[in-house]
Amino acid sequence: MSNKLIEIKDLSASIDGKQILKGINLTVNEGEVHAIMGPNGSGKSTLGYVLSGRDGYDVDGGSVSYAGNDLIDMAPEERAREGLFLAFQYPVEIPGVNNTYFLRAAFNELRKHRGEEEMDAVDFLGVVKEKMKLLELPDGMMKRSVNEGFSGGEKKRNEIFQMAVLDPKLSVLDETDSGLDIDALKIVANGVNALRKPDNASIVITHYQRLLDYIVPDFVHVLSDGRIIKSGGKELALELEEKGYDWITNGEAVAA
Amino acid sequence: MTTETQNPIEPCLAAHEKFADTADGPGWLSDLRRTGITHFTELGFPTLKQEEWIFTNVRPIQEHSFLPATKPTSSIPAVDDLFFSELSGSRLVFVDGHLSHALSKFADVPEGAIVTNLASALETHPELVEKHLARYAKTDESGYSALNTAFIQDGAFIYLPKGKVIDEPIQLLYVSTDGDSNTATLRNLVVAEPTSSCKVIESYQSAGEHAFFTNAVTEIRVDESANVEHCKFQDQNEESFHIATIQAQLAKACNFTSHSISTGSRIARNNINLVMNGEGIECTLNGLYIVGGKQVVDHHTLADHAMPHCNSHEHYHGVLGDRSRGVFNGKIFVREDAQKTDAKQSSRAIVLTDGATVNAKPQLEIFADDVKCTHGATVGQLNSEAVFYCRSRGIDEASARRLLTHAFAGEIIERISIEPVRERLEELLWDRLEELIEQ
Ligand SMILES: Nc1ncnc2c1ncn2[C@@H]1O[C@H](COP(=O)(O)OP(=O)(O)OP(=O)(O)O)[C@@H](O)[C@H]1O
Ligand SMILES: [Mg+2]
Repeated sequence: MSNKLIEIKDLSASIDGKQILKGINLTVNEGEVHAIMGPNGSGKSTLGYVLSGRDGYDVDGGSVSYAGNDLIDMAPEERAREGLFLAFQYPVEIPGVNNTYFLRAAFNELRKHRGEEEMDAVDFLGVVKEKMKLLELPDGMMKRSVNEGFSGGEKKRNEIFQMAVLDPKLSVLDETDSGLDIDALKIVANGVNALRKPDNASIVITHYQRLLDYIVPDFVHVLSDGRIIKSGGKELALELEEKGYDWITNGEAVAA
Repeated sequence: MTTETQNPIEPCLAAHEKFADTADGPGWLSDLRRTGITHFTELGFPTLKQEEWIFTNVRPIQEHSFLPATKPTSSIPAVDDLFFSELSGSRLVFVDGHLSHALSKFADVPEGAIVTNLASALETHPELVEKHLARYAKTDESGYSALNTAFIQDGAFIYLPKGKVIDEPIQLLYVSTDGDSNTATLRNLVVAEPTSSCKVIESYQSAGEHAFFTNAVTEIRVDESANVEHCKFQDQNEESFHIATIQAQLAKACNFTSHSISTGSRIARNNINLVMNGEGIECTLNGLYIVGGKQVVDHHTLADHAMPHCNSHEHYHGVLGDRSRGVFNGKIFVREDAQKTDAKQSSRAIVLTDGATVNAKPQLEIFADDVKCTHGATVGQLNSEAVFYCRSRGIDEASARRLLTHAFAGEIIERISIEPVRERLEELLWDRLEELIEQ
């Protein structure tokens, strides 16, 4: 059960010459859920973007090995095809592209990559229907353009819905809980839990302990100023909820 | 050979003299044509110095000797592929500016309604034509509209009496050939009396490969609570030139929608003018241009709000490849009395190459104080966040760009209510976009 899915070693990255990630070390094994918490601007989303290969993020040092590949050398689409999925903190609206059409295009890219035949619209609808039930998604949403005019919560739900359909090996959920009401939070968390398998894993970025009541993490890490400054079990999240970040960031300053 | 010193309007004046002697029509029409040529003599061809023409140089048009053809051509081009074939309504085919009876098909219309060509209507319903022709479009808007009026001969004539509805869209197909003539002057007139309704498609196509000049003016009168959807598709060959005006005169509580899809011609200029003369009018202007090579496509729109409580919503999209150029000039007038006006305008263009450019100019002149007017113009590349979003889902970069470009064009196409037109255009434009993206 301890197959390494991703191994991040001393990763540093910058945007426009400004260093944001300053040496991240993190290993995620198959079957694990890791939570990443940390103050605003500490680099959580940046980590997600660097892992998914967004332009404009320069990797200055370190390495990331993912399912045996050097992740940094791969194009974003190759990473996705190899089962990496980022649920965006701010999902992008794509006017004019039908949600179902978009998802089928993505789904078929993944199938092609695995050497499987593309799925036609009818069969795909079957797949979609099942996952829609899991996330209690209203029918109308699939007929609309990708994220266009979706409420904040709907966008988040749509991300997890895409994740459910694409069935990734490693998902990075960037503040998927923010903007969700209590009911939606439960639905989304149940969805994520239902998708947990012994051979996949997730990195869950969040500010709130609440989400971790539902998606119970194996590890909690605190990211601050581009570094993981503390790691622990799920109790760490409770402690953070109670005390805030100061006690660790200050502690670290002393230790440094 | 033209000499350096010859005024470019001379050949037109000479041609008009001959035309005026022989042209059919009642006395008032001769007068109208004369007014046209007088205006043309004063105005000449537009130049880059004129405010309305600063972005579009029409000199290349004058380098050809385009003279209005006054006689129908004998050629019968193959037009079957040029129709929106699933539509069963009337199809009027104009070859080089004149109605081709052989190619046209007239469907039944409700009692009192008329769907015919102008030349016939002048004989069968002269009073009706006289009452409306050249009452809405200005003869002196530009040298080209003056010239159009000077050579009025044929075009479409559609008349709907009060309350009459023609459900099936009326197709007007204008085909240019490599025949005896290289110019078409078209004058279309649509009159929709109160509570009547119709859909009209104007489609400009080339059956030939040579340079051809089309000068078209369409006047549309939409009376109280009437409903007109007008869809123009301009896809002539890249040697040709196209100058056209759509003038809509709108009355109280009517509904008017214009779609202008422009993919053809070396230079295409589309003027679309709306005059809102009553309260509670709803109008929509949609536009899409997809061009490459050295094409220039220019849309000048005018929404003239003269009365309160009218809406005008305008959406233009352009996709430009190669060294093509797009012009969008959107004027909105809100006159003093036009309180509670809701005018929206958005013009967006995607340039696929470094060589392609767009001049977009919103022009708002607002004299009323209780109004809602918004406008926005953007020109740029595809949204890089959206490209990344697609890639993060496994779609490669080239496919993502393709998907987003098609979607951008599709946003305008999907506003057309006529399904067969929408589907056909989607197909045609898909191919067209593929060509541009691949370049
Ligand atoms: N394009 C950019 N140019 C310069 N700085 C940037 C850019 N994008 C992000 N940053 C900076 O990088 C830092 C990390 O941002 P990031 O979005 O990763 O933070 P975060 O931990 O996700 O914060 P939050 O909790 O608010 O989502 C911030 O200081 C941010 O301002
Ligand atoms: Mg963030």
